[in-house]
Amino acid sequence: MSNSVILKVEHLKKYFPIKAGVFRKIVGWVKAVDDVSFEVLEGETLGIVGESGCGKSTLGMTILRLYEPTAGRVVFAGKEISRLSSSALRPIRKDMQMIFQDPFGSLNPRMRIGSIIEEGMSVHGLYSSTERKEKVRELLEKVGLSADYVNRYPHEFSGGQRQRIGIARAMALSPRLIIADEAVSSLDVSIRSQILNLMKELKREYSFTYLFISHDLAVVRQICDRVLVMYLGRIVEIADKKVIFSRPLHPYTVALISAVPVPDPDYVVDRVILHGDVPSPIHPPSGCYFAPRCPVAERCRKDEPPLVEVENGHWVACHLPGSLSLKRENGDKKC
Amino acid sequence: MTQPQHENMLEVKDIKVYFYDDEGRELKAVDGVSFSVRRGETIALVGESGCGKSVTSMALLQLVDSRGKIVGGKVIFEGQDLLLLPEAKMRTVRGKDIAVIFQEPASALNPVYTIGEQIIEAIILHQKLSFRQAREVAREMLRLVGIPEPEKRLNEYPHELSGGMKQRAMIAMALSCRPKLLIADEPTTSLDVTIQAQILELIRELQKKLGMSVILITHDLGIVADMSQRVVVMYAGKVVEEADRTEIFKNPLHPYTIGLLRSIPRLDREQTKLETIPGVVPDPSSFPVGCRFRGRCLYESPTCCEVPPPTLVGNNHLVNCHHWQEVRQGKETARF
Amino acid sequence: MNRGSKRWFKKFFSNFSAVLGFVLLLFFLGVALFAPYIAPPKPGRDAYMMPIVTWSSDPIPPSREHPFGVAGKRDIFYGVVWGTRTAFRIGIIVTISSTLIGLVIGSIAGYFGHLVDELLMRVTDIFMAVPFLVAALVLATILGAGLDKVIIALIVFSWMYPARLIRGNILQVKEEQFVMAAKALGVSDLVVILRHVLPNSIFPVLIQASMRMGSLVITAAALSFLGLGAPQGYADWGALLNYARNWMLGSQGQALQYWFMTVFPGLAMVLFVLAWNLVGDALRDIFDPRLRV
Ligand SMILES: Nc1ncnc2c1ncn2[C@@H]1O[C@H](COP(=O)(O)OP(=O)(O)OP(=O)(O)O)[C@@H](O)[C@H]1O
Ligand SMILES: Nc1ncnc2c1ncn2[C@@H]1O[C@H](COP(=O)(O)OP(=O)(O)OP(=O)(O)O)[C@@H](O)[C@H]1O
Ligand code: SF4
Ligand SMILES: [Mg+2]
Ligand SMILES: [Mg+2]
Repeated sequence: MSNSVILKVEHLKKYFPIKAGVFRKIVGWVKAVDDVSFEVLEGETLGIVGESGCGKSTLGMTILRLYEPTAGRVVFAGKEISRLSSSALRPIRKDMQMIFQDPFGSLNPRMRIGSIIEEGMSVHGLYSSTERKEKVRELLEKVGLSADYVNRYPHEFSGGQRQRIGIARAMALSPRLIIADEAVSSLDVSIRSQILNLMKELKREYSFTYLFISHDLAVVRQICDRVLVMYLGRIVEIADKKVIFSRPLHPYTVALISAVPVPDPDYVVDRVILHGDVPSPIHPPSGCYFAPRCPVAERCRKDEPPLVEVENGHWVACHLPGSLSLKRENGDKKC
Repeated sequence: MTQPQHENMLEVKDIKVYFYDDEGRELKAVDGVSFSVRRGETIALVGESGCGKSVTSMALLQLVDSRGKIVGGKVIFEGQDLLLLPEAKMRTVRGKDIAVIFQEPASALNPVYTIGEQIIEAIILHQKLSFRQAREVAREMLRLVGIPEPEKRLNEYPHELSGGMKQRAMIAMALSCRPKLLIADEPTTSLDVTIQAQILELIRELQKKLGMSVILITHDLGIVADMSQRVVVMYAGKVVEEADRTEIFKNPLHPYTIGLLRSIPRLDREQTKLETIPGVVPDPSSFPVGCRFRGRCLYESPTCCEVPPPTLVGNNHLVNCHHWQEVRQGKETARF
Repeated sequence: MNRGSKRWFKKFFSNFSAVLGFVLLLFFLGVALFAPYIAPPKPGRDAYMMPIVTWSSDPIPPSREHPFGVAGKRDIFYGVVWGTRTAFRIGIIVTISSTLIGLVIGSIAGYFGHLVDELLMRVTDIFMAVPFLVAALVLATILGAGLDKVIIALIVFSWMYPARLIRGNILQVKEEQFVMAAKALGVSDLVVILRHVLPNSIFPVLIQASMRMGSLVITAAALSFLGLGAPQGYADWGALLNYARNWMLGSQGQALQYWFMTVFPGLAMVLFVLAWNLVGDALRDIFDPRLRV
């Protein structure tokens, strides 16, 4: 794995206006992504986890400039893309692609599979028309579908097959960075592992860099190199996967990991049950956003904890890192 | 408390629910499902999307879509066959003796009535209580499911509550008549893991307090390991295996159960390559004849074109597979 | 025929009301097409003017010669048959024009959003706030009587419905993931709209248009009934009803004496509206089951 930074996100913010009344006046802001900074190395897979509504998708979309950032910078392959005009951005789009969550909604129901996969290549003027057709067939086989499907429509496929088509579409442009937003969440377990294996294989073959957005920690554990945990629009912890799953330091990460039910009756974990609901990003609490639900919070309600590097590559935003730890009785025995 | 007269509170015998599509084809969505639930026990109905979990559980209450029909079977609840009850009688069973929590709290609550109105309506429907008393019970139930300021919440509309709160309100409504059996149809799929942990904890606590039986429907084997005593694994409208929890996880004998268990990404350890079940879940219009797992199975042989007989292997462990003995010895026919 | 369209076909005809609507519509089309054979006009006369068949202004009940009877000195049968053409003409011209106007305005509003949207939608709201019939009535009065004036009045007050619908649909489709996916591929905005957004929002508009076709004819007839539509003697269902205005109550002790004056043109109108509605319903079921209420 080379060590060059392919993506650098600096103080990125995305606020959505809330409008109300007859004149649609702006009455507040949803701080979906609130001052987020991190780097992604070429060839690595960075997992982004967090609960529903914490801003994972918004982060992905804002990085790709599918949403306009409210503030902050996104540097991709050494070029700042957060302020490029949309026409200057278009050629760069070739190098960053997205795989979407919804296998049903992300394919245009009125287009044939062939044209769906080919569209990106023709937009960027890659290859001749016959080469493109050939390439589409190749890609279909690559993702485990028959090349003869080119003339079918999306509704003739199952969820897992559609997700493969979405992957083929993203790969068609040979991108360097692929953002996969909940790419396997809507699939059944038996299909999910097929798709995960496919993504892993393709990565090995083409050394893509993945930003893997998911709320499923078990999936993240199987596919990522590093993990970034978000809560209410902010990063609470970043670390290597091994570190996150063995020594999480932020109480939220601990609660999150301990809450996942494990399909093994012998796996007994001291479950941290959080109380209360995820607060809304419209009126985030003062101080540490997690304080109202945090079992160990003290002064945290007043001061906002900065994201600091507590050990090499392990960043935590908490006043009391490590005061809540993951207690398992025999969970790690097989590691 | 009256003493139980029957060991099994509920016995489902060979229930069949068929649907009829536009072309008039018969879709055997649920085809001969049997299981039983003991008093105070939690059984889990697991399987992937479309395997017939919801249809089975709704059929227990005679609730089937107009395109479908219960074409056979028995549902013995406390000694009485529910399928023979007339609709009017059935209505007194629904909600009172058997309550349901639905997968989507958002669509199961009526947006134009307050939470209070909906719970109170459910209570008055089944119990001889005045409005005032019913309101009191409703408030108590909301408190019981851990909703803060229950008095205030009674007057709020569903959209004013978060997803987790709505699910709690649904649970409060379901439990307000102290049912003997609770059907929880994927009660946490639309919720976050930390909220899911809260809700599961809550269901477990309430079950202990009220002593009811629970049928927990889920596709998440993690939840099964956590919550249930017995497990019924369904595939394509049929039960493929049924056993006690530890038995299912430690000693699974049906190739599908094994595949399912192996293909789950594990939180507790790293896997270099995830195991998979080849192929896709079949559509009800194209279920294979004989064993419905054919075509995806690692143990398949020509015998499998016959419907596999239910076999009792050891302690309360039922499996529907011709080759369970080979499975036990791990002899795959290795077609793939 | 490929598999997909075969399925549509099957679905369409498996539904009784869809078949009924379709048959009714075909029937009306047939009547309109073959009007010169069904009710031959007098040579050299304007076929759309109902010939005068009697000199007494009293209605004459149906007879062999005048199967639907006579009203206002004119043959009701002739009026109903040629009125079918008028109904189609009004319906089609108004629907197509208003749908096109609505399509353009709705697309602009939905696509550009923000201020443009705000402005166009407020204008739309103003137009919608005025009761349709009253507005059309006032405008037709200002412009003067005549079929073309009625058509203009109807267009002016019905483009808002498709505009609203297409705007809503564009806003909705704009949020769909496949549109995001196209943008992520680097597809330009215009192509996104033309290839991804419009094809996915056009069907509801067509369905609505077919549903509106019927009600437009009713409105046109109402204007005629009030004497604002077609000139005296023009073959038009509303105008035929107009003749019945003074005779509706029948005579002493025989309330239903002049039933034929209202029943035949009325029935034609009701069936015409029904046909379009049923066909619209069927189209909706075929193209987008999600739209079903
Ligand atoms: N287009 C939008 N307009 C207004 N608010 C938005 C918009 N998109 C997202 N939000 C809000 O921003 C917050 C973050 O949303 P986002 O979709 O990024 O969350 P997420 O982490 O991807 O959640 P999930 O796991 O449910 O997909 C949410 O509160 C959401 O309501
Ligand atoms: N109203 C209906 N008409 C036709 N088929 C139906 C209907 N309802 C359910 N089915 C079919 O019955 C089968 C079982 O559906 P069911 O809803 O019980 O699945 P499930 O196991 O609950 O799945 P999920 O996990 O997705 O909720 C499916 O194949 C489905 O297509
Ligand atoms: S009966 Fe045959 S096909 Fe079915 S699960 Fe057993 S071995 Fe596999
Ligand atoms: Mg998301
Ligand atoms: Mg279900």
